[in-house]
This record gives sequence, C-alpha cells and structure tokens, in this order.
Amino acid sequence: MNLPTAVRRRIFLGVAVAALVAAGCKPTGGGAGTGTDIPVGEFASLTGSEAAFGRTSHNGTLLAVDQINAAGGLLGKQVKLITEDNQSKDGESATAVKKLISRDQVVAILGEVASGRSLEAAPICQQYQVPQISPSSTNPKVTQMGDYIFRVCFIDPFQGTVMAKFAQKTLKAKKVAVLTDVGAPYSVGLGTYFKERFQADGGTIVAEQKFTKDDKDFKAQLTAIKGTAPDAIFVPAYYGQVTLIVLQARELGITVPLFGGDGWEAPELLQGSGAAEALEGCYFSTHFSPDQDSPRAKDFVKQYEAKFGARPDAMAALGYDSMLLLADAIKRAGSAEPAKIRPMLAATKDFDGVTGRMTLDKDRNAEKSAVIIGIKGGKFVYSETVSP
Amino acid sequence: MKHPGARRWFLVAVVASLGLGWAQDRLDPYFVDILTRIGINVILAVSLNLINGHAGQFSLGHAGFMGVGAYTAAALTLFAGPKLLPVGAGFWLQSAWFLVALLGAGLMAALAGLLVGAPSLRLKGDYLAIVTLGFGQIIAVIFRNIEWLGGALGLNGIPARTNLFWAFSAAALTIYVVTALVNSTYGRGFLATHDDEVAAESMGMNTTRYKIVAFVVGSFFAGIAGALSGHFTLTINPKGFDFNRSIEIVVMVIVGGMGRTVGVIIAAALLTLLPEGLRMLSGMSPSLKWVGESRPLLYALLLIALMLLRPQGLFTWKRKKAATA
Repeated sequence: MNLPTAVRRRIFLGVAVAALVAAGCKPTGGGAGTGTDIPVGEFASLTGSEAAFGRTSHNGTLLAVDQINAAGGLLGKQVKLITEDNQSKDGESATAVKKLISRDQVVAILGEVASGRSLEAAPICQQYQVPQISPSSTNPKVTQMGDYIFRVCFIDPFQGTVMAKFAQKTLKAKKVAVLTDVGAPYSVGLGTYFKERFQADGGTIVAEQKFTKDDKDFKAQLTAIKGTAPDAIFVPAYYGQVTLIVLQARELGITVPLFGGDGWEAPELLQGSGAAEALEGCYFSTHFSPDQDSPRAKDFVKQYEAKFGARPDAMAALGYDSMLLLADAIKRAGSAEPAKIRPMLAATKDFDGVTGRMTLDKDRNAEKSAVIIGIKGGKFVYSETVSP
Repeated sequence: MKHPGARRWFLVAVVASLGLGWAQDRLDPYFVDILTRIGINVILAVSLNLINGHAGQFSLGHAGFMGVGAYTAAALTLFAGPKLLPVGAGFWLQSAWFLVALLGAGLMAALAGLLVGAPSLRLKGDYLAIVTLGFGQIIAVIFRNIEWLGGALGLNGIPARTNLFWAFSAAALTIYVVTALVNSTYGRGFLATHDDEVAAESMGMNTTRYKIVAFVVGSFFAGIAGALSGHFTLTINPKGFDFNRSIEIVVMVIVGGMGRTVGVIIAAALLTLLPEGLRMLSGMSPSLKWVGESRPLLYALLLIALMLLRPQGLFTWKRKKAATA
C-alpha cells in the first residue's frame, strides 16, 4: 500500500483510539465471588531490593492457599490466588492493585511487606471497598487509611516497647545508643518508639546517630557512639546494613551487644565473612521463630520445609497467617462478598495463627505477642516470647 | 506561528480530555490508571526532550524537579488548602485550588531549575549531567530530612484531584508550548545551540541564555507532572523521585528519538504500556507465568535490542524534513 504519510498516520491514530476505547470499557459479568472459585489478589515485591522478604511472604501465602484448597476450599469453592509483582518499586503497587480489583474482581487484597507500598495500595482498597490485609507492614499509618485496611502483624510502637523492656530486663542496659536509617520510615518510627519507652522507664539514650540507606561506612557514627560508652546499641534497620554495622562496630572495638527489630531477620544477616562471630550475643524482636514451642508452629515449619525446601522465617509465617485470617473471615461471613468479609475481619477474636493468638483491635491492628531471637553459634536461637 | 494547525490541535486535545475526564467514572479503573500514567509520562518525556533533545544538553535530574513540584502541590492542597478554602468548598473551588497548586508546583520547579541551571549551564558537555545527577540526590536527601514533609515515609492522604482531564490537558499544553517554542524564531536558537555551540556563539548568540530558558521551561513542566502524579498515587515519598525515575524519563526520550516530539510522545506511551502488557501476557495462561516473573529482564532486553537496531530512536519519521526546515 502506498498511502501518503499523513493518511497513514491518521489511520494508525484511528485504530489506536478504537483499540483503547474497546479496552477501556468496564468488564461485564462475573461479579465478585459468583464464579466457580474465589479470587484473592496479592501484590508483592517478588523482584527488586526487598525481594528476600517479598518472596518468603508470598511462599507462606501460597502454602496457605494450597492447604485450604486441599481441604475442600472455602464455601465449597476453590481459592484462586492472583499475584502481581511490584518490583519493589514505588508507583507500581497502585496500578497492580487497581488491576486486581477491576480486572480480576478479587474479593480481598493481601500485601505488602514494606509499609511505604502498603500505604500506596490502601487508599485504593478503601475507595473500592475491598478489604486489604497487610502481612507485615508494621508502621501505624497503614491501617489508619480506612476501615477496610487490616494487618496480621504487631505495630512498631509495640515492637519499640518490647525492645525497651528487653533492654532493661534481659540486657540490664541503662545507657543505650540508637542508630537509625533516616531513609526508611520503618527505622525512624521504630527508633522513636523505642526511645520514648526506654526513657519513660528511666533509661538514658546516650547517643542518637543517623545514616541513610546507601551508606556502606558507619565508622564515623560508631566512633561517636563508642565515645559515650553505652551498655547496648539499638539498630532498628534492615538486615543489609546491620551486618556491615556490626562488623565495623567490632572492628572499632565495641563489644557491647547490638539489638534491633524484625528488619534484621533474613538468612543474609549472617552471611559474609566474620558476620556470624560479630553478631554473637546480639538480639532482635520478630513475629515468629521456627523454634517456637507450639504444635501449630511446628506443623507449619514441617509443611513449609516439605514444599519449599527451606526453613520459614517470620515473613513466611505472616504471609501464611494473612491468608488464613481472610479464610476464617470468609467462613464466618458465609459469603465471599467484600462488604460482608470486612465486618467479620474486624470482629476477629482469638484467631489461632502460626505467629500466635491474635485479636484485631478497633484500629484493625493485631494484638499479639512478639518473639525475641538471639544469635548464638552462628544461628538464630529462640530466646523468649513477650506478650502485650 | 509557523504551524497554524498547532493551536487547533491543542484545543481539540483539551476538549477531548474534558470528555475523557467526564467519562472517567464509567471506565475501568485499571485502564484509567494506565491512561493517567501515560499522560504524566508524556509531560515528563516531552519536557525533558526540550532540554536533552532540542537544546542538546544532558539532564539526569528530571525526577528531582518532579519531586519539587509534587511536594509543593501536596503541601498546597494538604496544608494550605484546608486553611484558605471555606469549609465544605465545592467541586469548582477545589478544582480552582488544584489549578493554583499545579501552577505553584510548576513555578517552584522552574525556580529550582533556574537555581541549578544558572551556574551549571555555563558548563559544556557532560558536566551538566553530573550537576543534575547531584541535584536529584540532594532533593531526595532534603525531603527525607524535613520532618513536616513526612521524612522517609513521605506525605500520605493527598486528596485525589488528578483525573484524565488534568493529565491530558496538561500533556497537551506541554506539547503545545514545547513545539511552539521550538518552531518559533527564538526556538531556532535551541537548535543552533544543539547543533554547534561554538558556531552559534561566534554568530553572537548567548547560548547560555538559551540553555537556561530550555532548562527552566522543562523543569516547570516536570513540576506539573510531579504535582499530577502526587494527586494521583495519593502518597509521595522521596524514593519515588530518585535517580531511577530520572533514568526512566531519559530512556523514553532516547527511545522516541532525541528532539522528535511525536516520537517521544509515542515512546512515553509505549514504555508505560509495555510492563502492563507483559503483566497481562503472564496472566493469560500458566505457561506464560515466567513472563511476569522476568518483567524487569525482558524490559531491559528490549531496550538493548532497540538501541542495537535503531540507535536513532524508534520514531524518527520526519528526520529529513526537519533537517531541511
């Protein structure tokens, strides 16, 4: 065909517009939960910087779905999990969640690990009135976005309280230095809550030092901390930096224990030369330990190991619990309609999850116990359980 | 005005976006989401194209200016809005205030552009790239450390004001202003600066001024895009305006063809659609699931293939005409 360029371009434009309009019409038919299965949406960081967390959380959710379906499903229907990856990138989660809600007509949304990305999805789930359950976003702001937003983990103020108590009772620390990552909301929040509680209980914060996400050298901050001779150092950061911080602290001759929150928990923490020795005697609080002495946890660990060939971490357990909590609410509602699931989720009481018995409070946060893990002989060892 | 049709196209586009904005509630939200993102990316790519393509500079900090705009507009609607507007302000008043926020965002970004550009555009070649790269980092660090702007968590609960009307009419305005500017007598100065700076200077042209004008105008629209994006995702944080975002915009300009506005528009649309297309493809059948899992890899591979096959950019139809014009 030998049309003039202008004409060709106009035809191209016309076709493009027609295609867009066709694609844009609202999908019809197949309302939520009326089909042969119950579609559940999940958005997760399967690739990118937080993939280590996103993957295990996703595995936990997968295991829960498999178990539910093997046991005959929910309300006589199979659960269909539709997962979208957000590449750990900002701006992707909103699109993924809109796709899950409008295209896949999911009855609920599960996700995410990082508080920042859960916050992106929350206004959308609230707007379309689809319940969202975050497995492990601990920042208080997440569930404040609306009454359709829930979580199965404890929140940072609680974690800060737990660690402040732990520092005083178990570590017998009176003077603590705090080292936070100002690039991560999680770190700043947890550091603040720890500080408030520790000071309220009569402890002294002798130094407050900061770093940012991409830092590799912490010697300046650590030297300043060393000068104040603390009894322990609180480092509410993610595992990537924690290893480096601890190694450099030991290099500078700091021998006191370092301790932190659930961001520490990843097998990567102990990798790297000398990391295991340097971390000996350090502690962190988290949601779950595979060594926990409960039949529920033991059974979960066995099943998870059989399916994925690895020991589950806290993210896996929370991913698992988020799906089970949803299933529980659907069963009690006797319906898979989002509007009927929501009140049942809100009324959750004494739900028996692998991460502990939980009750959702009026702010839709889980009230439950925390686990403290110590590092001994190059391994994560269960230390104690702290109840709220 | 050498293109009498340009103004007509602009008006048609604004009317069309009005129609789209009206029809928005009847459309699939996922589709509206993608369309809005296309609109915002078109603004970013076309405005960066003025700096990188037409004026021949190399800015790596476009997302930084976007961030300045996003934070300015969010501060205006979140903090200043409730104080200045009467309680229960209606739709029109809210929209008018959003327009003020958009313009404020653009002006703040333009000011930032002037501050960065005035000293650094006296430099030639790659130096500007390094300066703008540094600027992008500084912006992120500043926002991260300002407590009342939310620190690392950013600002949440921004009112949802961006719709298809705002996104597309702003995109149309950007395209109109950039084309009109480049095709004007004054705009020839950009091309002269781009083609041969030494020759242009020897003709008595103040190339620094041309570069600064291109830079400030480009930053203005980046600021508007940032404002739109903030009132669209409803939450902004410093990480969203980092180096990676800048690179995404640079890629759109390069794929579309430096200095080819039509090409850049299409590239912005295509590169927004591509990840979603791959997402759809992976959802079609279980055997295609790997497509979803290797999305970042496929995206990168496509870019490499593209640059090997068409280094001048995908959409460079009018090359000959432009050269003789």
